[in-house]
Amino acid sequence: MSEARQFQHIGQRTIRPDGFDKVTGRANYGADFRLPGMIWGKILRSPHAHAKIKKLDVSKAEAHPDVLAVATHQDFPSVNSEAFAAGEAMMDVLDLARNVLADKKVLYHGHAIAAIAATSEAAAAMALNLIEVEYEVLPPVMTIDAALAEDAPLLHEDMMTQGLTEPATTPSNVASRMELKKGDVASGFAEADVIVERTYETPTVHQGYIEPHATVVRYDDKAPSLVWASTQGHFDVRASVSKLLKMKLGQVKVIASEIGGGFGGKTTVYLEPVAMILSKKSGRPVKMIMSREEVFRASGPASASRSHVKIGAKQSGEIVAMEATLHFEAGAFKGSPMGPGCMTIFTPYDVPNLFVEGYDVVVNKAKVAAYRAPGAPQAEFAAEMAMNELAAKLNIDPIDFRLLNAAKEGTQTIYGPKLKEVGLVECLEAARRSPHYQSPVGEGCGRGLAAGFWFNIGGQSSVTLNLNPDGTGTIIEGSPDIGGSRASMQMMAAEVLGIEPNRLNPIVADTETLPYNQTTGGSRTTFATGMAVIEAAEDVVEQLKQRAASLWNVTAEQVDYKNGVVLNLAGDDQMTLAQICASAEKTGGQISGRGNVNARGAGPSFAVHLCDVKVDQETGKTDVVRYTAIQDAGKAIHPSYVEGQFQGGAVQGIGWALNEEYVYNSDGIMENAGFLDYRIPLASDLPEIETIIVEVPNTFHPFGVRGVGETGIVPPLGAVASAVSDAIDRPVTKIPCSPPHVLSMILNQG
Amino acid sequence: MVAVTYHAPTSVDEAVALLASSDLPSKVMAGGTDLIIQMQKLVGDARLIVDLKKIEGMQTVSIDAEALRLGPSLCCAKLTRREDVKALFPGLVEAAYLIGSSQVQGRASVGGNLCNASPAADTIPALIANRAVCHIAGPEGERSVPVEDFVTGVGRNCLTAGEILTQIELPRPSARTSDAYLRFIPRTEMDIAVASAGASITLDDDGICRDARLAIGAVAPTAIIVAAASDLLIGNIITPDILAAVADAASSASQPISDRRGTAEFRRHVVGVLAKRAVSIAAERAREAV
Repeated sequence: MSEARQFQHIGQRTIRPDGFDKVTGRANYGADFRLPGMIWGKILRSPHAHAKIKKLDVSKAEAHPDVLAVATHQDFPSVNSEAFAAGEAMMDVLDLARNVLADKKVLYHGHAIAAIAATSEAAAAMALNLIEVEYEVLPPVMTIDAALAEDAPLLHEDMMTQGLTEPATTPSNVASRMELKKGDVASGFAEADVIVERTYETPTVHQGYIEPHATVVRYDDKAPSLVWASTQGHFDVRASVSKLLKMKLGQVKVIASEIGGGFGGKTTVYLEPVAMILSKKSGRPVKMIMSREEVFRASGPASASRSHVKIGAKQSGEIVAMEATLHFEAGAFKGSPMGPGCMTIFTPYDVPNLFVEGYDVVVNKAKVAAYRAPGAPQAEFAAEMAMNELAAKLNIDPIDFRLLNAAKEGTQTIYGPKLKEVGLVECLEAARRSPHYQSPVGEGCGRGLAAGFWFNIGGQSSVTLNLNPDGTGTIIEGSPDIGGSRASMQMMAAEVLGIEPNRLNPIVADTETLPYNQTTGGSRTTFATGMAVIEAAEDVVEQLKQRAASLWNVTAEQVDYKNGVVLNLAGDDQMTLAQICASAEKTGGQISGRGNVNARGAGPSFAVHLCDVKVDQETGKTDVVRYTAIQDAGKAIHPSYVEGQFQGGAVQGIGWALNEEYVYNSDGIMENAGFLDYRIPLASDLPEIETIIVEVPNTFHPFGVRGVGETGIVPPLGAVASAVSDAIDRPVTKIPCSPPHVLSMILNQG
Repeated sequence: MVAVTYHAPTSVDEAVALLASSDLPSKVMAGGTDLIIQMQKLVGDARLIVDLKKIEGMQTVSIDAEALRLGPSLCCAKLTRREDVKALFPGLVEAAYLIGSSQVQGRASVGGNLCNASPAADTIPALIANRAVCHIAGPEGERSVPVEDFVTGVGRNCLTAGEILTQIELPRPSARTSDAYLRFIPRTEMDIAVASAGASITLDDDGICRDARLAIGAVAPTAIIVAAASDLLIGNIITPDILAAVADAASSASQPISDRRGTAEFRRHVVGVLAKRAVSIAAERAREAV
């Protein structure tokens, strides 16, 4: 069993192999690439949130001497509505085509209408003014209520709600409904002594990655076309570009640049297909970079939501029923993470009677993209706030209340499987023991806590491990590294091979070098790509044993491999990995291992976060004064990067809870499309985020790994907002807890 | 493409002559931290940039028995490191220290902050509280105006064609006088004031307020003086009741708008809170200032 195992490298804090290049500026990000003959692409974007395109005339732009190509939606080969896996979510190829270049209608302010490739970036920007567009401006639909209204303007006149018990007969802005249940909530609530029922709201937020989207594309009709992109999944960029432009997978080669953050927002495409059209039409490589403003207006964001939650418990603290109705904004096209919201909302608790329904609602905002545990933070925020209020009403400590009802091995989830071994109880107990929870709440402060759940996924990863004649080697993987995963791959391979991690250089290879790899998302990389690395390393070990056995004239069964050395069990001979590599020429050629997996059994990761805030009662300003993130990592391969994931998730969640939100004017135009007024937390805004790594091994992984990247953003919304509720003695039902919002709660006497 | 003509004159006369004689739309530059961002939004206009930093006295600061004399182009980083300035005008230094980031403060100047005339400019309420005077040179000669008359509207100042700001003069505070500046932002730094207040307070040996001047920012097109606050404070011991009345006076004097940074209602309330806190801090400092 993994828990009994002593590790040599796993659990150490090695120097990350990509660190030096990143801190010295040598790493090549999306915007750092250039090719001979390269020209620049720029996008014309809609000045309206909702309008019909009455006329689109690009002839003057095309006639300009600096302009080498113009692209519009008409340049896409006709594609039909068809769902395909793109990154973490399913994407409709027709919607994708209409999102990257609008067709007949613009559905949000900043929606791409046309693109120009010109000899310089400035020339392309100037030439955008030559494109003539006439609009019939329509009223923007900016909220869930506005979208659901009887007489709401329709974004898509043919959209019929899917998933209703009776098929829809008239179009609406509701793309779909889903329903999950377990037991019977009506009889459950009948047994309840205390019920909390409230509606909670969360705003539109952005992933806020530092690096804007950027790409360089070179179309080729004789060799594979080249796409350089900042992405979490270059194989899925290849899939999207191929689908949209009807190219064979083998005709598109995608290289993933170094990536400056993604958090789910770089699991789809915006620029790449457009640049491909421009490159094909101009015969030149085309570079496109989004400005920060474009990133805010036309990429990301995460769904705004409204969740109605009802939880009933007996006086003893036993929860008898939980019920929720979730509305998630999808942005301009269907496909919010309403589904995962419904699946995760009540999963931390083992409750006999559950009912959840969800609605996917289109509004005139940019199409949402995945954001770290997509759907879970919004949904679980609502559940955790109600849980804390219920604990207070029952006069039970919120940790005890959760422990009484905690999901554990064998708990039947609302969405299908029973849970395997999970670590929620261990996280709650660690939280209770923590110095933070043991400390008194400071004068004028409030304390909040929340639990969080995320499934994690496994999936397809392909790895090759090449050894050199001197015993060094290369780990060739296909998972863009967004959280230190190259260091983890090194360590896992080194653990199997019994050599120092830094003898193996991990690289993220292009789409021609390896078979398909799923996108880095779903907290899958250290788990699934890690399994492929282990498999490749084990493949290498087998070959090393065979080579040594052949030299010693024994069978492979007569040799053993330990700590980087092959031992002859039939004699005294031994050879190191490096010695076998040095003689590989004589034993059949060089050595490489392969691991192609479709990993199953990704272990869910639970977390519990504790937050203390101080609220300025006269201004409503909230300062986080202490914060602790406790999470089950299964087994922390590289504890520093596990802690980094906990801290990063916590900080993004704190931002979401306190100040981040898209502010729209009455025309549906975002007024804060920049980091000055879209307020993510600064380092000086935050205390050190304390971390506690809980390790309940995932038995499906050789080393016990659970993904840790996403769960950490789930609890902070509830932990922070509960702390604010505590500090101002009023129930918070809406985030962000920005100063104006908190002050109005204080002044309105609740 | 944008054609920019850049000059860095070494005398006031040369700068005035350049600006007065140019046909091009012209901009005066100190640190450039506002100007360069504004220029990015203008496309296709030729223009003249006159950089004042090479003119003697533009980047110096001196204190004598009568006054602090500040070169308008002196970067905030150099100003905020001056212990002698901090001792006399802690509030002004606080305001300069809040502009942008450390990096930005290496370029941004008090004079630039003033001339840029943003309603949310941090140094303006602090300068008004300290009765700063602006010395101006132009084609018609020199003139001086009180700082509260220098800014005339959002992004507008009283400088006419060819005029430049040559010096900001703050009278040396009398005994038991000090100042304070506070602004409200939702974060801790790198932000723009949602509301602000600068106060200068003079006490006598018995702790009675003998002089008081309060200015508030980001709650009207320009920073404004809250005259009613002076009336409430002067002649009195500063009690919590008086501070509450000062807060009300500041809120009443404000004329805020709602925008992405805060609602009018929020600003009106918070500017009162900042006003009473700034007065309270300035009074505390005055008690210790000899």
